[in-house]
Amino acid sequence: MSEKRTGAARAGGAPPAVPAPAGGGGAAGGLRGELRRHTPARVGLDRAGVSLSTRDWLAFKLDHARAADAVRAPFDPERVREELARGGVPSVLLESRARDKDEYLTRPDLGRRLSDASLALLAGEAGRFRGAGSDLLFVVCDGHSARAVPETAAGLILRFFERAAWKPGDLPPCCIVTRGRVAAADEAAHAFKARLVVNLIGERPGLSSPNSLGAYITYGAYPGIQEGERNCISNIRPGGLSPEEAVRRLSYLVESALARRLTGTGLKDDMPEGYLPFAEGRLFID
Amino acid sequence: MAHRPLKELMALASPPRAGDFLAGVAARGGGERALAQMELADVPLARFLEEPLIPYERDEVTRLIIDSHDRAAFAEISGMTVGGYRDYILSEAADAAFFARTAAGVTPEMAAACSKLMRAADLAAASAKVSVVTTFRDTLGLPGRFSSRIQPNHPTDDPRGIAAAAVDGLLYGSGDAVIGVNPVSASLPDLSRILHLLSELIERHSIPTQSCVLTHVTDTLELIRRGAPVDLCFQSVAGSEKANRGFGLDLALLAEAREATLSLGRAALGGGNVMYFETGQGSALSSDAAFGVDQQTMEARAYAVCRAFSPFIVNTVLGFMGPEYLANGKEIVRAGLEDHFCGKILGLPMGADVCYTCHISADQDDMDVLLCMLAAGGVTYVMGLPGADDVMLNYQSTSYHDVCWVRRMFGRRPAPEFESWLESFGIVPPDRALLPGAGGDRPAGLLLAGL
Repeated sequence: MSEKRTGAARAGGAPPAVPAPAGGGGAAGGLRGELRRHTPARVGLDRAGVSLSTRDWLAFKLDHARAADAVRAPFDPERVREELARGGVPSVLLESRARDKDEYLTRPDLGRRLSDASLALLAGEAGRFRGAGSDLLFVVCDGHSARAVPETAAGLILRFFERAAWKPGDLPPCCIVTRGRVAAADEAAHAFKARLVVNLIGERPGLSSPNSLGAYITYGAYPGIQEGERNCISNIRPGGLSPEEAVRRLSYLVESALARRLTGTGLKDDMPEGYLPFAEGRLFID
Repeated sequence: MAHRPLKELMALASPPRAGDFLAGVAARGGGERALAQMELADVPLARFLEEPLIPYERDEVTRLIIDSHDRAAFAEISGMTVGGYRDYILSEAADAAFFARTAAGVTPEMAAACSKLMRAADLAAASAKVSVVTTFRDTLGLPGRFSSRIQPNHPTDDPRGIAAAAVDGLLYGSGDAVIGVNPVSASLPDLSRILHLLSELIERHSIPTQSCVLTHVTDTLELIRRGAPVDLCFQSVAGSEKANRGFGLDLALLAEAREATLSLGRAALGGGNVMYFETGQGSALSSDAAFGVDQQTMEARAYAVCRAFSPFIVNTVLGFMGPEYLANGKEIVRAGLEDHFCGKILGLPMGADVCYTCHISADQDDMDVLLCMLAAGGVTYVMGLPGADDVMLNYQSTSYHDVCWVRRMFGRRPAPEFESWLESFGIVPPDRALLPGAGGDRPAGLLLAGL
């Protein structure tokens, strides 16, 4: 027991003669600064006894609150629709079978399916669609972060069309799904008989990434397809994978998937360094 | 008297659990649950040997449980009911020697059934009496000891970033269980680079600990073939053959991996403990491989898989999968104590990833409560992360500070070999204050020089 008392006395008394992590009040310099040059992790934190310093603890709480708020924040699909429309991309608003956020979080089976009303709407859209071909369908889901899609998704799609071999009108309208999970895209892809579907979805927020977007790419999607048959680009956000780089990788995977007619474990992301999206301007129509 | 099937009774008696509601096997209300618990209390332990919850013919985990059951070890408890067993293991008569000599006679289903009749304090009280000791370069699980894994993950596997987080942990006295990285990359050259980095850190400073890259067992086998310095072989496992196939493995593959890892002879203390397993409630259900068995019992069945390969460490991962399996902080706390108890009485060196994600109703207070109760129950180890924040996996676990907190609050010390190293390296002064920075700035300089 003596070691405990000794430790307590030490921690409560004069600050130890060391820099951070022990040192109270050490700022960006010292050990903390040295460690933080190499990683975004919370290294070199200050301590008060065996607890975090007030500064570091409250910073953690703010980051957690922001991440948790990102899950619960209301999602405004209309805003995404308008942003897409300004860039000439038509879209349709859909909902999953999950009726609220709690149900979405605890019933993954409901978030993977579209509501009856949305399926009917989709059938009508698919009947009217007269584009040049259904090579590619974009789906957008709020997912686990209601911030990711409004902040990043529409911009990413518009940027994609600047580079892509298709004009927005060539493809089916973008499907914006509220309370949708990754597999919600499969029903939409099935309705439009799309060869390839890209689902841009809010990812599980982390403390340093409350607004991270993921892109799931699935060839020949149908309801019930296995998760292993998808490719994924993760951590798309300011400060993570930039939208520019995400569009480059997405274009590469889209081109590769259509050329090789598959996605999933058989399609490795080995994009060459100097890859230029759609350099050959090809359309992938059989 | 007609019996309700054990599988149904176990599910009805299980404390409220999101995954059991999702699977449609949970009791409809508290009254039904309490009555099921009373019925379960009167079930003889021996009935679990006669009535497997998943058929013997269909499932190799069931076959493992039945075929490896030690009748001699079981003899002492063979006449007990589940309720009688609970009373006995909580009584003064059940000491560490009792748990050691009966462990091989206890099946996962017996342990799970007993846990369903226990409250949090019971689970901690029983766990605290069990001693499970394993060795590699240091000795884990000795009385009065408490260990930790350094989890220095980095969003792009940057070697300097991993090293910086590992050094930070060592300066806090963490890392005696393992320095274990969850890699982003799945490419073998990348994984090999991380292994070399960790082994160089350990060898250069003669740290009595072990490294691990938490990748699929087939990757580790290939890394071993290529000559990479593999200390511990990692794998996630679950409680049914089908769920394990979902993880891309079977028992034969685990046996092959253990043999290959043992053949490297890197454990200075011997002991044959070269495996590191992770488990977690909900994993079987998530791959549609729970066969109507409740989530907590499926988790206990995963421990039979672990036990067959004499692991160095095992930990349950609690609030990572999401609220569809563990709804909130309360369910995470309960699951953690159940898993630790079941693992320990089955004879495993049981640790816990005390954790939650941002999309679940839980926070640091919940984790503190669980950590405190696990420490009271003598948990073998927990995770140590810089500031509790995993910047790669995007979830929150326990921190280097939390490890110090347990040592302070419960008077626990690191593994003895590691403790001596902390002293000789100057991280901890001879009075063993075990506080970051207490040893002055020399050790920081030495470790950083290696960056």
